[in-house]
This record gives sequence, structure tokens and C-alpha cells, in this order.
Amino acid sequence: MITWRLLSSARGVAITTLVILVATVLVPALHLLTPSNSALHIPAHVMALFGKYLCFAMLALSIDLIWGFCGILSLGHGAFFALGGYGMGMYLMRQIGTRGVYGNAELPDFMVFLNWNELPWYWYGFDQFWFAALMVLLVPGLLAFLFGLLAFRSRVSGVYLSIITQALTFALMLAFFRNDMGFGGNNGLTDFKDILGFNLQSGSTRAALFAVSCLALAASLLTCLFITRSRLGTVMTAIRDAESRTRFLGYRVEAFKLFAFTLSACIAGLAGALYVPQVGIINPSEFAPANSIEAVIWAAIGGRGTLFGPIIGAIVVNFGKSWFTSVLPDIWLFALGGLFLAVTLFLPQGLAGLFKMRARKPVVPPIPAAQPEAAE
Amino acid sequence: MELAAGSILYLDGVSVSFDGFKALNDLSFTVAPGEMRAIIGPNGAGKTTMMDVVTGKTRPDTGDVLFKGDCDLTRLDEAQIAQLGIGRKFQKPSVYEKLTVTENISLALSGDRSVYASLFWRISPAQQIRVEHILEIIRLTPQRDMIAARLSHGQKQWLEIGMLLAQDPKLLLVDEPVAGMTDAETAATAELLKSIAGEHSVVVVEHDMAFVRELDVKVTVLHEGSVLSEGSLDHVSADQRVIEVYLGR
Ligand SMILES: Nc1ncnc2c1ncn2[C@@H]1O[C@H](COP(=O)(O)OP(=O)(O)OP(=O)(O)O)[C@@H](O)[C@H]1O
Ligand SMILES: [Mg+2]
Repeated sequence: MITWRLLSSARGVAITTLVILVATVLVPALHLLTPSNSALHIPAHVMALFGKYLCFAMLALSIDLIWGFCGILSLGHGAFFALGGYGMGMYLMRQIGTRGVYGNAELPDFMVFLNWNELPWYWYGFDQFWFAALMVLLVPGLLAFLFGLLAFRSRVSGVYLSIITQALTFALMLAFFRNDMGFGGNNGLTDFKDILGFNLQSGSTRAALFAVSCLALAASLLTCLFITRSRLGTVMTAIRDAESRTRFLGYRVEAFKLFAFTLSACIAGLAGALYVPQVGIINPSEFAPANSIEAVIWAAIGGRGTLFGPIIGAIVVNFGKSWFTSVLPDIWLFALGGLFLAVTLFLPQGLAGLFKMRARKPVVPPIPAAQPEAAE
Repeated sequence: MELAAGSILYLDGVSVSFDGFKALNDLSFTVAPGEMRAIIGPNGAGKTTMMDVVTGKTRPDTGDVLFKGDCDLTRLDEAQIAQLGIGRKFQKPSVYEKLTVTENISLALSGDRSVYASLFWRISPAQQIRVEHILEIIRLTPQRDMIAARLSHGQKQWLEIGMLLAQDPKLLLVDEPVAGMTDAETAATAELLKSIAGEHSVVVVEHDMAFVRELDVKVTVLHEGSVLSEGSLDHVSADQRVIEVYLGR
């Protein structure tokens, strides 16, 4: 039964990976190589929209790794996503150089506006891409590590953990709203010009960003698959189902949780970093607690504990959101609520469950050997 | 402390109270290496609490708990104690319901329990043979790929004993292993535990007197958190105080 479960989950992951890899090539090609009046042409804004969904899918995947497999329900994962986004945003700000309104080569516009004379120390190094790329993983990872160290060692779990993750993202939101934090206050970071010397508005840069998002999602998915199918994954599941029991088998539960939580935060950070150049802005509202909760809903709708389900969930829900907000903006929240209810009631395994039901047939479930004498 | 030397488990003056209620009250006893010890006592005597103290689940208010004569268990957490070689079977069968029988056992297999080692862990041929062997001992070979949730109560008890065997601990704490078993299964469990003793030390808590008689080992009677009597089953059964609080009821 479990072998069947793993198999079908692995099959779902394999198919999802394949689709992502096809999109990596196909979507940029259709954007760049077809004339804009062709029926096959994918316009830049559509590509950017789907690029954004891919980043959300990575966020949902990172939540599934800890929630679906290790029982850690984080309601603050948007914080790691936003931190990754800010890391990338800082790099993009430094690339503006003298092209800003004030033409200051060193300082971003908002700092000039605040009458700052020099760059704060924590902005050092962000003019280098490699440094920023490192930070978008390191900063969320480090924060998650320290947070997890405190929380898991003092055995905070369940609802209490969820609440403090909410508090974490809320506190960060308030901090980033402040002008004197040096991250642009409530305007955030925006007006980006180029990345690695390539114009962010050009079709080929956007196509490349889309392709990189696809590859990052596929790589994250395969990493998570490898982890969840290893013994480490079995231990994570064991912790999810019977945390205390697992300690008595000699596993240091807090170490396993810390590993999963930190890795998950790094994936969320990477997602945020890829999100920012595609949407062109990062501001403190990305830390809003509601964002984190929404991301958990994507994972739940897609099917927790399946890895590929949350990816489907994030894309389907966000596609629906884009469609509704342009056609029937008032209905969107009701539609999301309705979808969530419907999935919870009729598809306990989420959208991924639909997929599994079809995959199930050929496998014969093991017949239990009759053990009448073993009855209580 | 002289008594502690040469023992595998040494409890001295251990007290635990929950909101003023003394679950363990100045409890002292010693288990020798390779020994099997049966612990009996009425409900609420503190038998499970004693195991909680030894395995790090509950910290004693006072008293010494030493493993192998010199290792202070009160300073260690559950995982560290398990890694030292103390395994436990819970009163309520605690297997991983969503994992298969084989997965339950291989999760318990002794070895490096670090995150890194788990990531790259592959079952070795020797371990594979061990799993097969354990499956045979606990008679669950036909159910090896079944999820544990579908096992009967008695089978879950056996699976948990199998997990203990896979852990290969030096000291096994077994809490009510035959609850919910038929007479035949009970006898088989007694045989199994007896075959484990010698190489391992075993502490068995049990209510079932037929089972304790079958084990034929030294018995410690607990009552209200301390030792009431100790000796052979015949000896403690003849003890007037034991008859009053326990057997005579
Ligand atoms: N965590 C706890 N909080 C409060 N009281 C507890 C706790 N654990 C145990 N007790 C109490 O301590 C006493 C001893 O409990 P314990 O479980 O050790 O008994 P036992 O000998 O194992 O009994 P049984 O044969 O019923 O399993 C009981 O009165 C119980 O209610
Ligand atoms: Mg008990």
C-alpha cells in the first residue's frame, strides 16, 4: 500500500517534472520565435504571469516538504519568500546606478530622499550578483535555522509553532515598513533596470527568467523527492505521525525538523528571488500574514504530502485568481473559499488525489493473511 | 554507589510527583546485566512512570538513575538514552500506523541516526537478512508489506517487539507485552522474551500472572511508587503485604 503510494507519488513528480522541462523550452521559444500576430505567440505579460506562478509553486512545494512530510505547519513561510525577494531586490537596486531620479551612483533613490550620505553596511556586497545570489539562500536559511533551533529545541510544535511563525512574518512586515530600516519603507524596492547587464524589459531577458524559474522549480522538486524517499524522509514521516515515539528510537527529532525547516526556507527564499525580477517590485506587503496562509491553502488544495500536488495547487489557484480578479473581482474570495471547502470535503488528498485514483487500478492491494486467533 | 557497580540498571531513591501526587516514592532497585526482571503491581503503582524515568520522558525530582553503573540517565534526553542502548516497548502499542511492517522495522535498525547518514542510508545485505530474520521471529513475514494500521492488536504488539529487536539494545523495557493476546500468543511471547534475555537485559511489566509464571524470573512488586517485595514469584506471592494490596484483591 505504501509502496503503491510512493510509486504513484513518484510518478506524479516525474510527470510534473517532464511538463516543467517542456515548458522551460517551449514557452520561451514560442515567445521569442513566433511573430506577435501568430496564434501560437505567447505575449511577454503572459509569460511573466506564469513565471510568477512558478515561483508561487516553489513556495507551496517548500511548505509541503515540512507540512506534508514532517508535520510542521508554518504560517509564516511568506517571510522567507520575501527575504529572498528583498535580497534580489537589493542587487537590482544597485544595478540602477546613475539612472535613478537623483543620479546617485552609490545610493538608491529612497536613501537620497531620506538624506542618507552613505550606504548602510548591510547593503555592502549587493552590487555583486554572486553575493546577492548567496544571500537569497543564506539569509532565509539562517533565520529559519535560528528560529527552528529555539522552537524545536524547546519542543514548540503544533498550533503554537504555527502561531509564532505568523508572529515572525508579522514582525518582519512591521520592521520592513519602517523607512529607517533601509529597505525603502512601504514603497519597497522597484524601478529596476537590468539584471547581469541584461535589460529586464527585453523579451529575451524575460524568457530567460522564465526558463530559470522552471529549472529552479524542477531542481527543487527533485531535491525534495530525493529527500522524502530516503530514510531521512521516512524519519520525517515518523516524526509527523508519532513525534515522541521517534525520540525513543534514538532519532534527534529537533535535528531532523531543523534540517527540513531550513532547507524549506532556502527553497522559499530562492522562489522569492526569482519572483522579484519578474514582477518588478518587492515591498513589505509580501510579509503579510495572509500571504503565508494563502500559500498553505495552495498546498492543501493541491494535496499535501505529494510534492507535485502543491505545485499544481499553486498554479491552478493563482491562475484562477488572475482570471477572477480580471473578470469577476468580487467573487474571487468566495470562489477560493468554495474551492477549499470542496477539496477538503470531496478530495481529502487534494487535486493530486484525482491523479492517484486513476493510477491506482493496476496495483493489487496486499491481502491480509487471516489471523482469526489474533483477535482481542 | 557500590551496588551500582556491575549493574546494568540502578535506581536509588527515585521520586516523581505530579501536582503533589507521588507516582514514584523513593523507588530503588537494581537489574544485573543479562538478567530478566518482571515488575508487577496494581494499577497506578508507578510501573510505567518508572519506565518514563529510565527512558528520559520524565525527570525524577530526586534520586539516581544509572545505566551500566556510571552513566547518569537523568541528564540525558530520550534520543541520547535510546542511542546508549535502552529500548522500550510502550504499554499502548506504538507502531507507525502509516508505514509498512518492514518500514517500521528498518526504521528501528541500529546504526548512525544523524540527519546526514539518514539521507544517504541504504540497507546493507546484512541488515536485510536481519530484517528477514526478525520478521520470522515475530511471525509477520506474510504481512511484511502491509501498513501497520491493518494489523491486529496482538500483531502490533509483536511488531513493536520486532522494532525493539532491530534496535538491538542492551536493556529492553517492555510494558505489558501480552495485553490483548491469546493464550497461545502469550506463551510464544514468553518464549521469545526468554530467548532474548542473557545477551540483553530485560525488564518486563505485566499484569498477566500466567505470563509472569512462565517467565520464571525474579519479580519486583511495586506499590504506591515503591518496592513492596522482591524475589521469586512464589516468594512474593507468599508475602503477606503483597497479598493484601495486590494478589488478594
Ligand atoms: N503525566 C502524568 N501526570 C499526572 N499524573 C500521572 C502522569 N503519569 C502518571 N500519572 C499518575 O501516576 C500514577 C502512576 O501511573 P503509572 O502509569 O506509572 O501506573 P502503572 O503502574 O503503569 O499502572 P497501569 O498498570 O495502569 O499501567 C497514576 O496514578 C497516574 O495517574
Ligand atoms: Mg502502566
